[in-house]
Amino acid sequence: MKLDNIYQEEKKSNLAKVSEIIITMASRPSGFIGLSILIFHVILAFISPYIAPYDFKAINPTLMLQAPSAEYWFGTDDLGRDVFTRTILGGRTALTITFFGSLIALLWGGLLGIFCGLVGGKTDDIVMRIVDAFLSIPWILAMLLIVSLLGTSTEVLIPALGFFYGKGIVRVARAATHDVIAKDFIVSARARGHSNFSIIWNEIIPNVRDAILVEGAMRWSWMLLGFSSLSFLGFGVSPPTPDWGLMISNARGLMSFAYWSVIAPIVGLSSLIIGINLTADAFAKALGIDRSTKAPV
Amino acid sequence: MLFLIIKRILLGLITLFIVSLITFVGTEILPGDACTTYLERQAFGEQLEACYRRLGLNVPAYERYVSWAVNAIQGDFGYSLSGEMPIKEVLGPRIKNSLVLASAAIFIGIPIALILGIVTALWRDKLPDVAISTVTIFAMTIPEFISATLLILIIAIWLEWLPGIVIVPTDVSFLELLPNIILPVIAIAMIMTAHMARMVRSSVIQVMASEYVQMAILKGVPYWKMVFKHVLPNALLPAINVVALTIAWLLGGVVVTEVVFNYPGLGRLVIESISNRDLPTVQALAIILASIYVSINLLADLMTLMLNPRLKTLQIRK
Repeated sequence: MKLDNIYQEEKKSNLAKVSEIIITMASRPSGFIGLSILIFHVILAFISPYIAPYDFKAINPTLMLQAPSAEYWFGTDDLGRDVFTRTILGGRTALTITFFGSLIALLWGGLLGIFCGLVGGKTDDIVMRIVDAFLSIPWILAMLLIVSLLGTSTEVLIPALGFFYGKGIVRVARAATHDVIAKDFIVSARARGHSNFSIIWNEIIPNVRDAILVEGAMRWSWMLLGFSSLSFLGFGVSPPTPDWGLMISNARGLMSFAYWSVIAPIVGLSSLIIGINLTADAFAKALGIDRSTKAPV
Repeated sequence: MLFLIIKRILLGLITLFIVSLITFVGTEILPGDACTTYLERQAFGEQLEACYRRLGLNVPAYERYVSWAVNAIQGDFGYSLSGEMPIKEVLGPRIKNSLVLASAAIFIGIPIALILGIVTALWRDKLPDVAISTVTIFAMTIPEFISATLLILIIAIWLEWLPGIVIVPTDVSFLELLPNIILPVIAIAMIMTAHMARMVRSSVIQVMASEYVQMAILKGVPYWKMVFKHVLPNALLPAINVVALTIAWLLGGVVVTEVVFNYPGLGRLVIESISNRDLPTVQALAIILASIYVSINLLADLMTLMLNPRLKTLQIRK
């Protein structure tokens, strides 16, 4: 009977495991809200080009700074463009860039961290010193420098963001590896004569995967925050592409008489970041990882 | 103990050395040097030569690094390209302004964070905790430029209580600066307080669950006496490190906040020097901000060492 149960556990498909985690996440109110917001934003990002009522770059001098009306739900901006159209389109670039950026961050940060945790010694010391040094340079300075010298194209932004947000993952992956490295199954894998690669792939990764994934989910929301800060400062998405950070910075100067053009992108960006954050938190709790004592670095 | 302190300081210095190498190599590898990026289309012939000579870019890279590093240790970062003045003079007033802003935010933020953190931990999952935690989570997750913009919109534009942006020269005196910094200080303190309050909360919760606190409860120690004598001293120790990391992490956020409020501090200098493609100033800023980060962390490490008797004896035994 007992053996049967164990067998059943083993046989569970990946899909079943994923859906189980999602159900656990959604069973908490905060997780449910976070997931719904995130799913709403992802769906919106896919369908917004088809449901946008106006052209996002159509400039109309006669319609400058109109208040919200039945025709223009969120009013118009200083160039007479429809704020509703631009708001529903405004998250697409940010979502795409930060999603792929987080994947890169997860990949290199996770692998380097596992490697450092496994080999230890001098290599580990040197790599961690360098990671520490990178951590002590404010990300915004480094990002601004890279972007101002190499341009703001997607091919620059994704690897640059992926690199700078991955260095924190190195530490988490390394710490998680240290936790499993002394366990018996690693020792026996070594005794069986497995290569380092096989140990990493078959023994370590399945055990540190959860911690790294949770960290990656958290990094995603920070990267989104960082990316929109870049856009806000004029170093991210280039106009006329609609982007929340850029829209807020443009509308900011006029908000004393046209507050609607700044409120709409603020709601869009804040809800997405909060959504990702709540989802990441619920994800951590569903996997049984406590993040509450972590510093935001 | 002394050995430990020296070791931490040495590690910090090594980190700073690597940072200086990274910034130097980084600006070296990325396309364009200080002169070509600064002069842009006029980067040829006589002008380029003159610029190279002025910055000493005509000598090999490693020689330049050594002379730059030697000067930087003495506080001399060379000349800013755009302002045509020593970077030291550009930085001076900016550092002072940023320090005013940061210390005001810390001064207000730490006591509030302590109170909020302790209250939320003691009334865990009750109404005060749920209410305060919701607010702190919002304050933590929303980008700095959004909360700053909302503050300006509500307090400066709708209520007209305070000036929305800071319009003062860089070298303004402290008293003139004071009324202008209220909003930026609130903006920074809000985010910082939220982060710290969360740390304090989880730290207090952890200690409350520990065995000696259970023991104290069983022994019948009065609740508040137990909280102040047994829980808080132990709970606030680990928080020091995390609070330091939070402050250091906010250095990046302060850049954005300073831009929103047009505040003449280090953060706006970062944006200005990058927009002007003033690489010598960017290098100086990188090393200065990194030093601040490293010294805050070092200070926190040392404080925990000094305040924690357990760690002291542990190290001596080793």
